[in-house]
Amino acid sequence: MTHAVGLHARPSVKLTKLAKTFGCTVELAISNEGPWIDAKSIVKVMGTKAPKDTVLFFRASGDDEDAALTALVELVERDFDEGSEEAANA
Amino acid sequence: MSKENVGIVIVSHSSDVARGTADMVRQMVGDEVPLAWCGGDPDGGLGTSVETILGAIDQAWSQAGVAILVDLGGAETNSEMAIEMQPEERRSRIAICNAPIVEGAVMAATEASGGASLDIVRQTAEELSPG
Repeated sequence: MTHAVGLHARPSVKLTKLAKTFGCTVELAISNEGPWIDAKSIVKVMGTKAPKDTVLFFRASGDDEDAALTALVELVERDFDEGSEEAANA
Repeated sequence: MSKENVGIVIVSHSSDVARGTADMVRQMVGDEVPLAWCGGDPDGGLGTSVETILGAIDQAWSQAGVAILVDLGGAETNSEMAIEMQPEERRSRIAICNAPIVEGAVMAATEASGGASLDIVRQTAEELSPG
């Protein structure tokens, strides 16, 4: 994650909203050993307080798991579309 | 579609706080959630009034219900009064969240934007508060 302020309020909201658009379970961790948290829970995602340069791990399980993982990784790689509200709301 | 999502009402003693909280919800979460705010007395001072709360509930009304975020004392009691004055079929679909007003509003709106039920929206806002 390269976003300047890390997984703070706005990025957390975007990540959670995106995760919620998928039917599969989506989990997030800041270590590949976990602990895994529900990426659809805004309170838990914001609670990670992950700073810049944290490596985020995602795992998903369900019908649309591949699409979910691709979309979430892309969101993080795009720095959460900060500065480009229109794209994020599309 | 957005009218299917739970609405959010922000009730503060200060119109600045209420409007600012609503701004944060709009900018951080977006406009998929019906949102209304009210605060201050008619003379521009601090206070809350049942009448303006009733108006805000109407404005943010959704078939899925409305979650109210309040700041202190009168905001909560006047909100309770406003709920009592609603038609009976609406009353069970309005919930006052026991959560900090700004943080609770953002959390509740995020949850509501995904189509969650009123119960879940309220639980999400209240998850923030210490046990």
